[in-house]
Amino acid sequence: MDKTTNHKAWFLVLPVLALVAFSAVIPLMTVVNYSVQDTFGNNQFFWAGLEWFREMLESERMWNALGRQLVFSATILAIEVPLGIFVALNMPKRGIWASVCLVLMSLPLLIPWNVVGTIWQIFGRVDIGLLGYTLDKLGIDYNYTQDAVDAWITVIVMDVWHWTSLVALLAYAGLQSIPDAYYQAAKIDQASRWKVFRYIELPKMAGVLMIAVLLRFMDSFMIYTEPFVVTGGGPGNATTFLSIDLVKMALGQFDLGPAAAFSIMYFLVILLISWVFYTVMTNLDKKGG
Amino acid sequence: MADATMTEPRRAALPRVNTRAVVMGLYLLFLLLPIYWLVNMSLKTNAEILGGFSLWPRDLTLANYATILTDASWYMGYVNSLIYVVLNTVISVTVALPAAYAFSRYRFMGDKHLFFWLLTNRMAPPAVFALPFFQLYSSVGLFDTHIAVALAHCLFNVPLAVWILEGFMRGVPKEIDETAYIDGYSFPRFFVKIFMPLIASGIGVAAFFCFMFSWVELLLSRTLTSVDAKPIAATMTRTVSASGLDWGVLAAAGVLTIVPGALVIYFVRNYIAKGFALGRV
Repeated sequence: MDKTTNHKAWFLVLPVLALVAFSAVIPLMTVVNYSVQDTFGNNQFFWAGLEWFREMLESERMWNALGRQLVFSATILAIEVPLGIFVALNMPKRGIWASVCLVLMSLPLLIPWNVVGTIWQIFGRVDIGLLGYTLDKLGIDYNYTQDAVDAWITVIVMDVWHWTSLVALLAYAGLQSIPDAYYQAAKIDQASRWKVFRYIELPKMAGVLMIAVLLRFMDSFMIYTEPFVVTGGGPGNATTFLSIDLVKMALGQFDLGPAAAFSIMYFLVILLISWVFYTVMTNLDKKGG
Repeated sequence: MADATMTEPRRAALPRVNTRAVVMGLYLLFLLLPIYWLVNMSLKTNAEILGGFSLWPRDLTLANYATILTDASWYMGYVNSLIYVVLNTVISVTVALPAAYAFSRYRFMGDKHLFFWLLTNRMAPPAVFALPFFQLYSSVGLFDTHIAVALAHCLFNVPLAVWILEGFMRGVPKEIDETAYIDGYSFPRFFVKIFMPLIASGIGVAAFFCFMFSWVELLLSRTLTSVDAKPIAATMTRTVSASGLDWGVLAAAGVLTIVPGALVIYFVRNYIAKGFALGRV
């Protein structure tokens, strides 16, 4: 649609600006402020320059957390996106069953994140949880509080359980927008199932899939509550992701300076990756019309 | 050969229907099993939970639910959560409406940068904001109030609402605006009387997502409250650490947090697909 140039439109944006300035800019400035100062208590602050940033960049702890974070995000994207598409392709297209599937699939999305953690914490316990108990009876040694690999598997399965539906619902919406005529044409051409998927369904889903990937990346990169409830970042530091580490540092040990420097770098990493996604996405949008 | 049976996406050929049903059945089973387990536990006594393993409650009890619904320190958690979630949804959608209109209709100085900057707030890790929020709201005397949590959640919900609403507004032809202005409508009157009914489903979807993300968030709402506005999710974590073993009550509290979400989904189920169809979440 053609847009008219009208600078007065700024007035319509003002309420949002005021609100976001209050709830984002002021706190962010506080963080920046802390990141360049040192304190000896009593609210006395000293200029520390980029000292904290240097310290954080040299800290093994942050690099380890970042590494775990990247592995985690990559793993859940690699599972959730294909699985979500697969589920979407198998969803009923209309009728009562479509509604039933929509409602049931949305259910995990609306459970408070700490309850998601609680559900899996209970579900995986060897003594009272269905999953843990079953695995134990099958003779599989499974203990997510002691074994790092088991903890990782639990956290990943939990995330797949929690968020695959979002990818599936988005992909489903993309599929719904494909006119019947496309399928009929494909049938006349005797296109194989794979070709229908590759040349009709996938291009039509590309836009929403980009959004799904962007959202899942951002949210998995910020994940805190669910693994914190299930594993508390353990065993050891095995599932200490960036946010868990940051909260430990900022609210647990009250190391304001390093935590603030950490925050800023953390935010910049997300921003950078998201900006790349966003640019690719808007370019796709333009090409697709 | 599996490919051959899948070539007709619309026809009800028997083998294909079965694979679909099996796939969906397995997936839904995977989704519902952990939830079933929570419900199952909430209906058991603690003695039964710890005493032995059973797939369904042998000794059905509603005592866990009674504990929660009669104890103010428990049920006020739900009331607090609902208050700030509703406040947040109203604030987010109200301020997002005019902004989304501006983005969907006009080109103005810095509009693209502004739009991306708004989106970056959706990408801000709550963990980064927890401490500054705590200090900011303490210094203005809003700590432990519902409005503090509602405002804090605007951080990610306002950009989201603008994003969703802009998508819906773009779908409304511009001629409608122009005709209304020619007919002598003022902007506010046109916006409320004509435009808002046209994007009613968009407002519904935006409100749904604001509700959802505010309802499920814990880190900020826990950091910004202590007693008077304590959300149910935080009440749960406190009880876990304090008594540790009251699994039945914990499970019942968990089940009760699923209920509002399930109700909201039920009411907007027809809009969800539409909202997703716009590719905006």
